[in-house]
Amino acid sequence: MGVVARTGVPDRHSEVLAQQSTDMPPIAYAAVAPVLIVLVAACLGVLVEAFVPRRQRWAVQVALSLLTVVCAGAALIRHAREINTGGTTFADTVAVGPATLFLWGTLLALALGAILLIADRSIEPGGAFVAETNAASGGTASRHPADAPGAASAEVMDRASASVVGMRTEVFPLVLFSLGGMMVFCAANDLLTMFVALEVLSLPLYLLCGLARRRRLLSQEAAVKYFLLGAFASAFFLYGLALLYGYAGSVKFSDIADATAGSLRSDTLLFAGLGLVVMGLLFKGSVGPFHLWTPDVYHGAPTAVTGFMAACTKVAAFGGLLRLLHVAFRASSWEWHWVLWSVAVLSMVIGVVSGLTQRDLKRMIAYSSIAHAGFLMVGAITLTERGLSATLFYLLAYGFTTLAVFGTIGLVRTSEGEATHLSDWAGLAKRSPVVATVFTFLLLALAGIPATSGFMGKFAVFSAAFSAGMGPLVVIALLASALAAFIYLRVIVLMFFNDPAPDGPTVSVPGAFTTAAITLGVVVTLLLGLVPMLALDWASVGGFVS
Amino acid sequence: MNLLLALILLPLLGAIVVALLRGNERAAKPVALGFSLAELVLAAVAWASYRPGGARLQLSGSIEWIPTYGISLSFGLDGIALVMVAVIALLMPLVLGFSWRERLPSERSRGGFFALLLVEQALTVAVFAATDVFVFYVLFEIMLIPMYFLIGGYGGSRRQYAAVKFFLYSFLGGLIMLASAIGAYSYAARTTGQGTFDWATLRGVLADAPTSVQVWIFLGFFAAFAIKAPLVPLHTWLPDAAEQAPIGVAVIVVGVLDKVGTFGFLRYSLPLAPEASQLLAPLVLTLGVVGVLYGSLQAFAQTDLKRFIAYVSIAHFGFIALGIFAFTSQAQVGAASYMVNHSIATGMLVLVIGMIIARGGSSRIADYGGMARVTPLLAGMLLVAGLSTLSLPGTNSFISEFLVLIGSFATRPVFAILATVGMVLAAVYVLRLYQRIMQGPLSGTALLDSAGGPGAATDPEFAASGGTGSGASRLALRDLDGREIGVLAPLVVLIVLLGLYPAPVLDVITPSVEATMSEVGVTDPVTSQGGN
Repeated sequence: MGVVARTGVPDRHSEVLAQQSTDMPPIAYAAVAPVLIVLVAACLGVLVEAFVPRRQRWAVQVALSLLTVVCAGAALIRHAREINTGGTTFADTVAVGPATLFLWGTLLALALGAILLIADRSIEPGGAFVAETNAASGGTASRHPADAPGAASAEVMDRASASVVGMRTEVFPLVLFSLGGMMVFCAANDLLTMFVALEVLSLPLYLLCGLARRRRLLSQEAAVKYFLLGAFASAFFLYGLALLYGYAGSVKFSDIADATAGSLRSDTLLFAGLGLVVMGLLFKGSVGPFHLWTPDVYHGAPTAVTGFMAACTKVAAFGGLLRLLHVAFRASSWEWHWVLWSVAVLSMVIGVVSGLTQRDLKRMIAYSSIAHAGFLMVGAITLTERGLSATLFYLLAYGFTTLAVFGTIGLVRTSEGEATHLSDWAGLAKRSPVVATVFTFLLLALAGIPATSGFMGKFAVFSAAFSAGMGPLVVIALLASALAAFIYLRVIVLMFFNDPAPDGPTVSVPGAFTTAAITLGVVVTLLLGLVPMLALDWASVGGFVS
Repeated sequence: MNLLLALILLPLLGAIVVALLRGNERAAKPVALGFSLAELVLAAVAWASYRPGGARLQLSGSIEWIPTYGISLSFGLDGIALVMVAVIALLMPLVLGFSWRERLPSERSRGGFFALLLVEQALTVAVFAATDVFVFYVLFEIMLIPMYFLIGGYGGSRRQYAAVKFFLYSFLGGLIMLASAIGAYSYAARTTGQGTFDWATLRGVLADAPTSVQVWIFLGFFAAFAIKAPLVPLHTWLPDAAEQAPIGVAVIVVGVLDKVGTFGFLRYSLPLAPEASQLLAPLVLTLGVVGVLYGSLQAFAQTDLKRFIAYVSIAHFGFIALGIFAFTSQAQVGAASYMVNHSIATGMLVLVIGMIIARGGSSRIADYGGMARVTPLLAGMLLVAGLSTLSLPGTNSFISEFLVLIGSFATRPVFAILATVGMVLAAVYVLRLYQRIMQGPLSGTALLDSAGGPGAATDPEFAASGGTGSGASRLALRDLDGREIGVLAPLVVLIVLLGLYPAPVLDVITPSVEATMSEVGVTDPVTSQGGN
């Protein structure tokens, strides 16, 4: 019975079901320990919310979250040392192989940085997160016109009392749940597990988007928009899942792979199902033309959460997509290849062209992430071992750069909160040369200039794609990279060669947490640019198992 | 290898030291100059240790970098790379000397400027020395970043536009080259089972590649190099960059940076795609000759001194391309030595023009006239630089241009004859410029206003002297001072010496050119030696 709940497969042979339900399937605890640690800690985090006094919650939650990620990482490393080829567990619903372990490692490392960013309370007094609008201020609300629906209450907004109100510490368990979902997502061995993981990773994200202390309306709008579009995408995924079940008679990746490798069943079911499932994944990965939510949500969500989403969700979504394509649909690749080929091109073009016209930094990075999703697609559809390791490397490199980018964006502020409009960044190099230099380096990494991890990632992906015979796509991608460079150059020009506005924003002195997160991102970006073998070796250990 | 590594790392070390000292200009400047002079000494040592008849690549060495992709940090010099390294080592102290007191945009530190110049020098030396195609590409792109900040941070009023345009043009070209490099790698991986970016290995593998593969590889590299050493339809960034860049940076751009393009033709395009380069030679030759004529005519029509230099260079790059793709060793030796001589001649021209601008405070040609009466030494320098630019016999450029024309006439008479028209036009535009600026009665707003005008502000010492040296003229125009003479003198000496006795450069270049010719698989036509 437990098995049925986990696999979710309505087994046609009831006697098999009866037989299985009596024996618990063996569980390779060592393999899935990182996921278990994260999910258990998330539950503990909820208990902390319930039982720990309010004033101590922040410290407890931060310690718990960081400890969790570190422990999960340790468990991961311990298992990665002994693993050879990997295997499946939980009655074949979860497959842990070298590539999955790499994705897990990436996710955990990125989550560590994201939690550091989220935990910082020095930049925004009291932390960047609130849940309620008017509840806390009680009777004083009527005296403040700012307390329109959507505006944060005066008490929450007031700098003096902000530290008393404190930060909503629910964000930490929410992040952990989301992280757990992402990890399962990259390891799911059947579509139903994948769907459940998709929801586990998505639902906390929807909530996290709406928690911004400032610019409440934007934040809430982002959350609703993300939720509604995300629900549609989930529905598409589920519909596709049903069609694929109709085609293959199973939701297991390996069964679908067997079915596609030479059967006379209806191709309509296969391709309609595959299309809908992939659509759901592309939505999560913010690949154009399924990107419509990205700019709004990146813009509206609290910047630290945007960093978490941009880095980790992308890794998870592409991890899932890579698994799906490599394990389940490799045999039918020649039939769907051209569709994803054009999706990649479309994503690059949309990202670059729209990115050029943006006036807000967070939206600009959002469009740049759409362009990067296009580059990642180039690697994802090669379906070769080199393509896989290159894409994994790209994800790692991109994740760290993006995390540091959003960490840095959060530092430049006016009295209204973060100053994300491009004109606010004019002449930043004069006010704060260090922040401007760090941000320039990160932008150059996003542009793919050599000596940064961004370049190594692009190079690895493009050379793998070239070897897989996708020369024209590589040329298009290179041209898109050249155009995309202009997006980033514009910001560098603004920061270094323009004069600052007299009433321009100030640069906050980052607290220890934010400094650590940004430093982590910058160091990894530089290291992977100079010594890519550090991660490339590990990414090339092996592929997915099923 | 150790010597070469030192050549690359010394300016980088200098840049770090200077950047740390940038708050203290009095200390930063001599330190920067000291490092650039030490680099010059190292370059001289490298030149002395180079044996012209020896191995194809000397001082070479290699460190593994990314074994998964067969990439290693390999460096080595052939004769052509050696002379280019020597040229930048020579030009850098002169540029620093010139920029010693040049006015910079407000709030810009001279220490930062010098540090960026030294970084650029290190990267340029490395790019000439790279013998791994991937490393070459990486350096080719990284080189853009200090240059971007040099133009964008220290240039004229439209510097942002010029800097971004410069960056995007070169970056785009570089990415197309990357596609070709990846293609070459994939081809090697497919045929030998072991992908590599090593230049020598790739050359061997690609020599047997089908022409269709070679054509694609050639075109990718060509895009990058044709943008860098601007051939005509891709040249539009250079006039903007040269106009907006500070003079010292303009020297480096037209003197050295652009030579990476022509160097790339010789080192990468020809050996890596021998059949394709012969097949597509007419295309390049056409662009080259069009560049010669178009650049000459444009130079004639310019009203801005710095844009004038840019178009002169475009014309000369046409000559170099003609020499390279005529496929005779005479023409190629001519082209390769032209790379050196153009750096010297045009470098000096830019410096002299910078000195004129420092006096008049304007870069419009119409703002000057009759300067020779007041500043005879400056006029003489402009004449020397101009005559070298128009390749007067007895100056260094003459021998190169002559070799290019005589060499290309053997295989491509039509192109050679058309290019000869360019020589005539060069005489016209150079002498006309000299006439307008130096000869006739003293005239021009820049000069007449300069007593208390913007020209005074450019040079603090000049303002202090109050024009005491002007003597007969009531104008406060000062002739060259000791520092400026010190900057120009080495170039004058080289122009005359290499004009009369070019052997030192030619001896170093010739074996490398002959090796390139044999890699392409071309032999000289018999007629060119037979006195037909």
